[in-house]
Parts: sequence; C-alpha cells; structure tokens
Amino acid sequence: MSLSSARSITAAANPPRGVYLDYPLGQTAGRAGAPDEQDYVLAAAFIALETMTEPGSIEDLDLEWAADPGWKDHVMRVDPKSPGSANDDRTPRLDTPQYQAADDYNAADPNCPTCVFFDDA
Amino acid sequence: MLKSAPIDYIQRTRDQYSALNYPAYNWAQNPHAPPWQPLQKPLSECRVALICSGGIYARGQIAFHHKDDNSLRLIPADIATSQLRTSHFAYDQSPARKDINCVFPIEPLRRAKAIGKIGTIASCAFTFMGGIYSQRKVEEQLAPAIVSHLIQDEVDVAVMVPV
Repeated sequence: MSLSSARSITAAANPPRGVYLDYPLGQTAGRAGAPDEQDYVLAAAFIALETMTEPGSIEDLDLEWAADPGWKDHVMRVDPKSPGSANDDRTPRLDTPQYQAADDYNAADPNCPTCVFFDDA
Repeated sequence: MLKSAPIDYIQRTRDQYSALNYPAYNWAQNPHAPPWQPLQKPLSECRVALICSGGIYARGQIAFHHKDDNSLRLIPADIATSQLRTSHFAYDQSPARKDINCVFPIEPLRRAKAIGKIGTIASCAFTFMGGIYSQRKVEEQLAPAIVSHLIQDEVDVAVMVPV
C-alpha cells in the first residue's frame, strides 16, 4: 500500500494499491501537528488495503489542504509569459552527509550498524 | 471525489526542466499490472512495516547525502520521535521537522496497534532519501534489500510513504 501526494507519479510507478491525499508534498501521511487527521489517513489506507480488488487502484481521500485550491497554481509553475524566470528551489545535491543539525554530525556512529550502504552508492 | 484536479507533477517537472534548460527527466513508468497479493489473514493479525522516502534518519545514524544516495536506514519501531531527523534536497522539510509523523507515521501506526486495528509493528521501519535519479540503483540494490528485511521479519503489510 502506498500513500501519495503526487497522483501522476504514483500512477506511473503503479504500486499494487494507492491512497491519494491532495496535499502539498511533504505531508503525505497527514498534516503536521494533526494526529487525528494522521490517524484518519492511515485508517483509510488500511480500509483500502482490506477492500481493494483491482491491482493498481488509487483511492482519492476526501481531505482538502485548503478551501481555496489556489495553492496548487504556484507549485513548480513556470510562468508562460516569462519562462526564463523558472526557479529550481531544491538545495544543491551535495555528496557528503547532510545533517539536520550540526550536533547530529558529532553524534553519528561512523560504523552505524543500522545504516545499509551499497557498493556503488 | 476530488474537488479540484491534482497537480500533475510529471508535467510540471517537464515544464520546469525545459524552462531551466535541464535534460528531460526520465520518470519511472510501470505500465503493466502490478503484482497482487490479497491479504492472507485479518489485518488485526498482520505485522505491518513502514517504508518512507522522506530522508528520515535517527540521531546517531549517518545522514543521507543528496547526490543519488540510495542507502537505507533501519529505524527501530520503538524509537522516540524526538530522535528522528530528515535530510532531503527536494521538499519542504519544515513540517516534518516539527512533526515527523507527516512523513513517517509511526505514532499513528502505534495507535492503530493499540486499538487492535493491526496485529504488530515490524521490528524496524525502512527509510531512504527518495531523490534517487538512478532507477537501476533502486531496482537492483535498494528495493531488494528492503524486501529481504521484510521477509526476514515476517512482515505481512508494507505501508509506503513517499514525499
């Protein structure tokens, strides 16, 4: 079962079962700070898991991020009047570990037994 | 029923990359019917694992790098959420850093267990940094490693949480 906030990407990847939450990326399991809503999303996923019969099904949840869907207009949108103004707001793809906090670097175990690395990673 | 059309991230990525003069991104496409496995027993008896791509790591672990890092972190199921962090280059992490459950719903999963909705929680959750541009690394390394752990831990249900 895959949750999703990017319906087109999930449809292309085509997991056996999907549940779509029409929210901004980064709150796929429900709004931050809203435990009741997070419980609702997970419960909906479990209901879908128990009831879906068609491989590749995606169920749309009935939650809305905001009453005004205008927030969708600004996500990764290139202005057709000035296509050169497109921004890449991702951070640089650095090849060294990027810690949330500097102190995490000091706490990290260099032999980390719960980190799994692959040969050409 | 959705009240407005979902954002088509594939098309918007194409438009953005084109505007930025980046090469077109080759999205994963799996047009064939996915494998299907009906539940073999009631969900209330199932062992459930989380698989999350939001770059979640635990304090004490090595953080993810952001250049095709396809490594895996095993997060103990009983970890305190105060020990969880995120490291990812391509989404707004501020909500997740306030409440990790929005990308790593371990506390909702614990509550589901407490009310008997599920049987047990797998001994660890599986996390990685989903901005991996190499599908080969995912298909040949990361995914088989996760599957191996799931089988070893006798997991019945995997809940995936991409970002």
